[in-house]
Amino acid sequence: MKEFLIDILQNEILVYVLMAAVPLVWIIPFALFAVWWERKISAHMQDRLGPMRTGGWHGWAQTIADILKLIQKEDIIPAAADRKLFNLAPYVVFVGSFAAYAAIPFSAAYVGSEINIGLFYILAVSSFVVVGLLMAGWASNNKWSLFGAMRAAAQIVSYEIPVALSLLAVVMIVGTFDLQEINRAQSGYFWNWFVFQKFPLLFVAATIYFVASLAEVNRTPFDIPEAESELVAGYHTEYGGMKFALLFLAEYANMFAVSAIAATVFFGGWNSPFGDFMSGPVWGLFWFISKGMAFIFVHMWLRWTLPRLRVDQLMYVGWKVLIPFSFVIVLGVGFWVMLAR
Amino acid sequence: MGTYFKNIWEGIWTVLVGMKITWSHLFTPAVTIQYPDVKLKLPERARNRLYVNMDDCIGCDQCAMACPVDCITIETLKSTPDVDLGLTSVGTKKRLYVPRFDIDIAKCCYCGLCVPPCPTECIKMTDVYEFSEYERNNLIYRYATMTPAEIDAAKTKLAAYEKEQAEKKAAAPPKPAAPAPARVPVGAKPAGVPAAKPVSSPAPAPVDPPENPENKS
Repeated sequence: MKEFLIDILQNEILVYVLMAAVPLVWIIPFALFAVWWERKISAHMQDRLGPMRTGGWHGWAQTIADILKLIQKEDIIPAAADRKLFNLAPYVVFVGSFAAYAAIPFSAAYVGSEINIGLFYILAVSSFVVVGLLMAGWASNNKWSLFGAMRAAAQIVSYEIPVALSLLAVVMIVGTFDLQEINRAQSGYFWNWFVFQKFPLLFVAATIYFVASLAEVNRTPFDIPEAESELVAGYHTEYGGMKFALLFLAEYANMFAVSAIAATVFFGGWNSPFGDFMSGPVWGLFWFISKGMAFIFVHMWLRWTLPRLRVDQLMYVGWKVLIPFSFVIVLGVGFWVMLAR
Repeated sequence: MGTYFKNIWEGIWTVLVGMKITWSHLFTPAVTIQYPDVKLKLPERARNRLYVNMDDCIGCDQCAMACPVDCITIETLKSTPDVDLGLTSVGTKKRLYVPRFDIDIAKCCYCGLCVPPCPTECIKMTDVYEFSEYERNNLIYRYATMTPAEIDAAKTKLAAYEKEQAEKKAAAPPKPAAPAPARVPVGAKPAGVPAAKPVSSPAPAPVDPPENPENKS
């Protein structure tokens, strides 16, 4: 796609700006859709209807109306807050989650930056979000915000380890961090996807990745940083209007980023499940997004199924269950790869 | 070690069980009633907005007295004998004008206590429940059907009639006094003797009270 755009536009800088804008163009409609979708799913799981009036058909325009309201809202900064950090934090959070999109391969033809350390880069840059969350919590000068931020930091730092280790299992098989290479290694039919390879090791790795990524994006049952019933709203208690919208947008962007990595690393990314049937760059985009959305759906499904974990239970799951298991899997896959060579 | 793996297995298994339940509810029809579009049928005898059929009201004030929150205000005006106010639907003769019958529905507690005392069954609770207003005063429902001009006319007519009656009474005092001894045993003797004396005399003072109701009506 890059070469093609350079060919027709004859301007490299413009092409880079365009390439960078593609994920942004995706994130905003996705977040609007996902918020609406989540409200509908939560409603139907509780035998309700959810938004039904705005826009006519099943309230499809509800989130558009919401974002228009948020844009118009007054920008309030608490008197006791640290103004500079308070204003900066939502941007840091959003930049952290947006930066991860640079290396996510949307299709065989499009990836923001085809670097050979793509997966490594994503893991590294998504930790940037924690800095933003801590910043938001600290700058708000509010005990609930600070509690939320501290919990978020503790949680994300703990769960980054099983995330990295479970992805490492795949990296050992492919031998590269390049996400496009990982995609190409899974081409063909769906049984070539890594989730079904080296059974059951990589299946367990995919489960561990999914659970840990759920914790990394602060979704239920790991939503203790937000914990409405305990901490008002956690680190974004004091935010309103556009800044709140930005934090919310970053949250949904993160959700899609981790789902996209799960889809890419374990579920074949942009590969069609049926070999050459419905494959190609455009179908690739379709498959990639559908797989991502399927994971988003599971995120929402779990959110409306499970209660929130206690902090000690969260740490138990992270340190005593996910990390030992992912070590065992890394070890097992390592031996398997070595012996099978 | 055994409990450790058992806990993990139970954790995974119960999550799957929970997911199965929520999945099945995803396809259960919603119980929501989309209120302004769909309205549930109210039960029979539901108590909502009060309604007064003024054609039947005899101004007896029973509902206002029964009201625990005093949301009903009734003013009445006597009619003169030459006016026929008609009959109510249950056949009671109407004797009083009702120039004011206000129900402050904002105060109403929907207890329905005003309904049973009504002798003509003209006040009742309807099934109308959507009557929000932007002005609080709009919630005072004025049921009286008389126009201010009609009220004024009735008032002046009554005043003229009462004046006439008073004059008549002053002119012919023995007339009302005559039946008095018969009806009132106590004080009959002093009343009967100085019958020629007008009302202003102190002697017939004890006779006055039993006379009063007749004078007034």
